[in-house]
Amino acid sequence: MALSSWKELPIGTIITEPGNAREFKTGDWRSQRPIWDSEKCIHCLFCFIYCPDSSIKVNEEGKMTGIDLDYCKGCGICAEECPKEAIHMEIEKR
Amino acid sequence: MPSLKELSKNADLFTGGHRACSGCAGPIVIKQVLSVAGPQTIASLSTGCMEVVSTIYPYTAWNIPYIHVAFETAASALSGVEAAYQVLRRKGKVKGKWNLIAFSGDGGTYDIGFQGLSGAVERGHDFLYVCYNNEAYMNTGIQRSSATPRGAHTTTSPAGTVIPGKKQFHKNLVEVIAAHGAPYVAQAIPSNWADFTRKVRKALDTEGPTVIDILAPCPLGWRYPSNKTIEVARLAVECKFWPLYEVENGKYKLNYRPRKEVPVEEWLRLQGRFAHLFTPENEHIIKEIQEGVDRRWESLLEKCG
Amino acid sequence: MPIRALTGNEAMAEAMRQINPDVVAAYPITPATEIVQLFASFVADGCVDTEFVTVESEHSAIAACIGASGAGARVMTSTSSQGLALMHELLYVAAGLRAPIVICEVNRTLSSPINIHCDHSDTMGSREAGWIQIFAEDAQEAYDLTLQAIKISEEVLLPIMISTDAFIISHCMQRVDMLEDSEVQKFIGPYKAAYSLFDKTITIGPLDLQDYYFEHKRQEIEAMWKTAPVIEKVAQEFASKFGRSYGLFEAYKTEDAEQVIVACGSTCGTTRVVIDNLREKGIKIGLLKLYAMRPFPHQKLKEVLSKAKLITVLDRSVSMSTMGGPVYIELRSALYDAPKHPLLVDYIYGLGGRDIDMDQITDIALKGEQIIKDNKVEKPVQYVGLRE
Repeated sequence: MALSSWKELPIGTIITEPGNAREFKTGDWRSQRPIWDSEKCIHCLFCFIYCPDSSIKVNEEGKMTGIDLDYCKGCGICAEECPKEAIHMEIEKR
Repeated sequence: MPSLKELSKNADLFTGGHRACSGCAGPIVIKQVLSVAGPQTIASLSTGCMEVVSTIYPYTAWNIPYIHVAFETAASALSGVEAAYQVLRRKGKVKGKWNLIAFSGDGGTYDIGFQGLSGAVERGHDFLYVCYNNEAYMNTGIQRSSATPRGAHTTTSPAGTVIPGKKQFHKNLVEVIAAHGAPYVAQAIPSNWADFTRKVRKALDTEGPTVIDILAPCPLGWRYPSNKTIEVARLAVECKFWPLYEVENGKYKLNYRPRKEVPVEEWLRLQGRFAHLFTPENEHIIKEIQEGVDRRWESLLEKCG
Repeated sequence: MPIRALTGNEAMAEAMRQINPDVVAAYPITPATEIVQLFASFVADGCVDTEFVTVESEHSAIAACIGASGAGARVMTSTSSQGLALMHELLYVAAGLRAPIVICEVNRTLSSPINIHCDHSDTMGSREAGWIQIFAEDAQEAYDLTLQAIKISEEVLLPIMISTDAFIISHCMQRVDMLEDSEVQKFIGPYKAAYSLFDKTITIGPLDLQDYYFEHKRQEIEAMWKTAPVIEKVAQEFASKFGRSYGLFEAYKTEDAEQVIVACGSTCGTTRVVIDNLREKGIKIGLLKLYAMRPFPHQKLKEVLSKAKLITVLDRSVSMSTMGGPVYIELRSALYDAPKHPLLVDYIYGLGGRDIDMDQITDIALKGEQIIKDNKVEKPVQYVGLRE
């Protein structure tokens, strides 16, 4: 990606695109991958409230729909905190 | 109390793609705060872990207006934002109600930003100050702060052969801020999201300066596996090292009483930063820590009446 | 237009009242305290709409100013000496964030040894922080320049400090021609922030690493380049409306001068009288009063000064480069590529508030005449009024 010249950048180091960190995928940091078992999931959303990387996808009805591997760093908190063992961690293979 | 379903509506106010370490509690704290506060919120950050990981130019993980000035200025810069808010609202140039929230680590709160916070609380600005307390200067590589607990190994209070870790007990921030006469001060933990989000709501509904000190475990600095962040947090409360309580207009209230006795040793054992204490020559420090925890707990119970 | 007898501090406080900024966050410090306390009384009496933040330190004062500016407010503060030094870290932040904050500054020396009196060490010590810096000679100028500061700063989006000399200006009462409140408001115009936390979902103050920091710094340098013509433009508008002339500098009897004395601040008044006396004796001497230290008007100064045979600089602060005071060093650098090089000599004077009088300046001027005759500077940096 060609970086902007000083003449093109907004002044004052202001970032004008809110939430554009989404463009930066941290998923490749992962050495362990969470595997979600939708059968066991009771949609308690504990994984959602404890996920540091906003990687638990929740729909309008408040149901968990999966894990966003673009950002998940594989910390394993979700698997650790899941009361139903609906998430487990596996070694990441690429 | 809002349900997790309701809290999930504000999930995107702090986005993925930030560069916090795997298993860091900081983003969990921010997410829990913003899930209650909603989009009409301005964040003031001090220099530190959360500032560094969330706004590496040209990227920002913040989906709300955000300002960072320097290390010691989370409260003082927000004082200025609040003053602008008051006057521009009077002049009709700013509409609606905004939440103003400072996020700062323990270094920016207990130490270098302490004066700025004290001044802002005394002046009575209408904002919430959240200290995500990971008990050391983690951003610069784990140096001791006045929030670091007794006995902990950090790179400036190393577990040496003569001096085994930090010599002093940590400062009690809630007590200090409560002594200012702030209308609402509380201690919280991310593992008890229900208690924390209730406290955030209460703080935002309170006029004047409110402060919440929330313990934010750090896998790297505390030396435990990244999946144990919530468990380590939970045990800090269960062993009474980190009681959940609030002080509302000078009135103390204990929010959670552990059901069974958990020695502080169990919490220490989970963390590599205390590993050097588990030797015959350092065992007395564990005893000392337990006595300190008991003393503070008894004193808290007395205040809670 | 109202005529008042005001001290420099009162003049600046009155200017602040008439500007009626959205937010003032300030902390008292001798000899600028009166500015803050007078402004507090304006707030207490309802003369202004300002939200006044009585911070617990100068560091928090400037932090609050930056926060308020980021939130879209027109912001001012006042400080001096140790206060400005305590702000030092955040002066750079304000400039980098392009926050148009105005400081009414009173030049006082820096500790140690502790001393509350005038020299320019404090202001000069922050000359690379990215702030526009303008020196006032008297209370009238302090008043007029504070009004102009708002316009200059808001146009180029750099913070600005207008400074007066401790006690000599800050505490001495002078005749000040004030504008009507309405004239001030018309002159400065309504404030529209370049960006504001309340207007758009923006991130202010991100971490800026190897890929972008240099570009953002370059933007700041460009803004300072663009400031000199804006200072002149605002000065012209002020002169056309209110009849008093300002700009980057004032050239007094320099047209045919063989020797030009360069100074800034209150000493210029004393020097002007000396110039008049010496002119009566047929000595071709002039004064260049420097308003702008930042940006340093090097291009224009080259035009004006390279015609002279000798430039005599009066520096009220030192540089530890051991090459003289900051004004001298800047001028020497500015004249390096001038078509014709005048001789240069620097006199360090008045540190810690030591007075300088007409006799001393006359003596300096006459020594200058000898230097011109000899066409040689024996000692480029000298001290005036110092016990050797």
